[in-house]
Amino acid sequence: MIAEKQLKDLHDISSKIRKHIIEMTHFAKSGHPGGSMSVTDIITYLYFNWLNIDPKNPKKEDRDIFVLCKGHGAPALYSAMAVRGFFPEEELKTLRQLGSRLQGHPDMKSIPGIEMSTGSLGQGLSVSVGMCLALKLDKKKNRVYAVMGDGELQEGQVWEAMMSAAHYKCDNLCVFIDNNKQQIDGNIADVMGIEPLADKFRAFGWEVLNINGHDFEQIEDALVMADKVVGKPTVIIADTVKGKGVSFMERQLCFHGAPCNDEQKVLACIELDKKMGVCGCQM
Amino acid sequence: MSDVAATRDYYAKALIALGKKNKNVVVLDADLSGSTRTEKFAKEFPDRFFNAGIAEQDCIGMSAGLACMGKTVFASSFAMFLTGRTWEQIRNSVCYPKLNVKICATHAGITVGEDGASHQALEDIALMRILPNMRVIVPADALEAEQVIHYVAEQPGPFYVRMSRGVTPLVYKEGECDFQLGKNKVLKEGTDLTIMACGIMVKIALEAAEVLKNEHNISAAVVNVASIKPIDEDNICKMASLTGAFVAAEEHTIYGGMGSAVAEVTAKKCPIPIEMLGVMGVFGESGKPDDLLEKHSLNVAGIVAKALAVKSRK
Repeated sequence: MIAEKQLKDLHDISSKIRKHIIEMTHFAKSGHPGGSMSVTDIITYLYFNWLNIDPKNPKKEDRDIFVLCKGHGAPALYSAMAVRGFFPEEELKTLRQLGSRLQGHPDMKSIPGIEMSTGSLGQGLSVSVGMCLALKLDKKKNRVYAVMGDGELQEGQVWEAMMSAAHYKCDNLCVFIDNNKQQIDGNIADVMGIEPLADKFRAFGWEVLNINGHDFEQIEDALVMADKVVGKPTVIIADTVKGKGVSFMERQLCFHGAPCNDEQKVLACIELDKKMGVCGCQM
Repeated sequence: MSDVAATRDYYAKALIALGKKNKNVVVLDADLSGSTRTEKFAKEFPDRFFNAGIAEQDCIGMSAGLACMGKTVFASSFAMFLTGRTWEQIRNSVCYPKLNVKICATHAGITVGEDGASHQALEDIALMRILPNMRVIVPADALEAEQVIHYVAEQPGPFYVRMSRGVTPLVYKEGECDFQLGKNKVLKEGTDLTIMACGIMVKIALEAAEVLKNEHNISAAVVNVASIKPIDEDNICKMASLTGAFVAAEEHTIYGGMGSAVAEVTAKKCPIPIEMLGVMGVFGESGKPDDLLEKHSLNVAGIVAKALAVKSRK
């Protein structure tokens, strides 16, 4: 159970992160707000209530490792990291600008705290498995948390990594699927269906948990359960909504790879401000 | 020791020595550990060997992850699959983040032999050379391979090391090889032309230089271009100035490989005629390695013919 006050804080943080996503992609006139907003609650919970990380010491020895396999969700990650104190929030508006540390997709060389450069879908899970192997080899307790997109599961390499994670008994690995059921060309079921997802992961030897990816209590419960799994990796299939948090953006494919226009940005910020109980829209 | 050896056997020898010296050294393979010889490391250090199965992309991804956590990673398979199937993984998960992964491929080139075109990597030097942050080394023999493996283990960041299947004549004597990244090695001085060679073509170039001297009264220098990236611009310019013509000989397509790398330097700094000897942009086929080399003129006669051609263009 999450205390009421803490729950309210988490909701406020996720609204703040979503507002940053709206503003930074609007300012950049590019980026992927839809899939950033579907994964926001998962990233919010991880960065503000779960991961053993320290913005002042991003390389600390016993830290948990977070890999955003779906690198196009970078605006959500950057916002969470900025709010958490890894770098100034003012820097968010440099997203995708020439010379910025905030590349269109995460670059581990530019920002301390980003554990792996991602963006090309399907590669992050293999990397996460490699990280788990290294941690096990060194008998370290750190855990690896990865977030994949559901569309990303269409990449063949993911299934290779699903095999290796189970084969090498990576119980220090916990993977979220941001299951928003949409990809750039349409609904996943129409473009290239991936179901039955839970059965597939189970058949590959994984512990499978199903949750609502916008419910902090369910996210917490799943993470607690994943911690206790021995001898195999855990996948948390988190049902989410693309564009979550702004009514007119939810489930709208046009916001997969394109930001709000000027008018939409104002409306989106007003809606998110209301959720946080404040007025006015910056930038 | 005998005067022939396989680069892959000395790769394994170097890996075991490194494994004893440095507990951070880990090795991955993709179900070809018997052929690449990484199984020898696996037997010595089972905890530090990871088989990805027949899944090269995952092999490269896992290598990247191990490197993220501070390991010195050697990833092996046949050159065809380790650089071709995985090119984008190497680009985005290894080179872009500049991770400490050594892509060490065996069975490069046409001397794979009987397995045929599907297994004969003739494009791998080109594929690896164009990647930012990647360094590319083609040892001339087993002794140089051993030294190169020790060298790359000490240097952070990505490397591609290209090795062969077969047992090949040694170019160097024990203790004579002194590999340096970005440095050519002049093995024989000459005045009329220079044979720039890498890999198995180095030994053949030395033999060809003898034939050129004895039968054609041509003084040919022979240079081992083991470090293809970074490439030794100074030596290339110096040899261009001294000899005025090159033959570039490699067991690789003539497009994009060592010869192209040399020509990029001469075109920019010291234009001279160059004749490229390699596989002429075609696929290989099944056959005995020596027969395939002969078919593609990757032999003494082939180098001599190119030498005569380039000399006439001076």
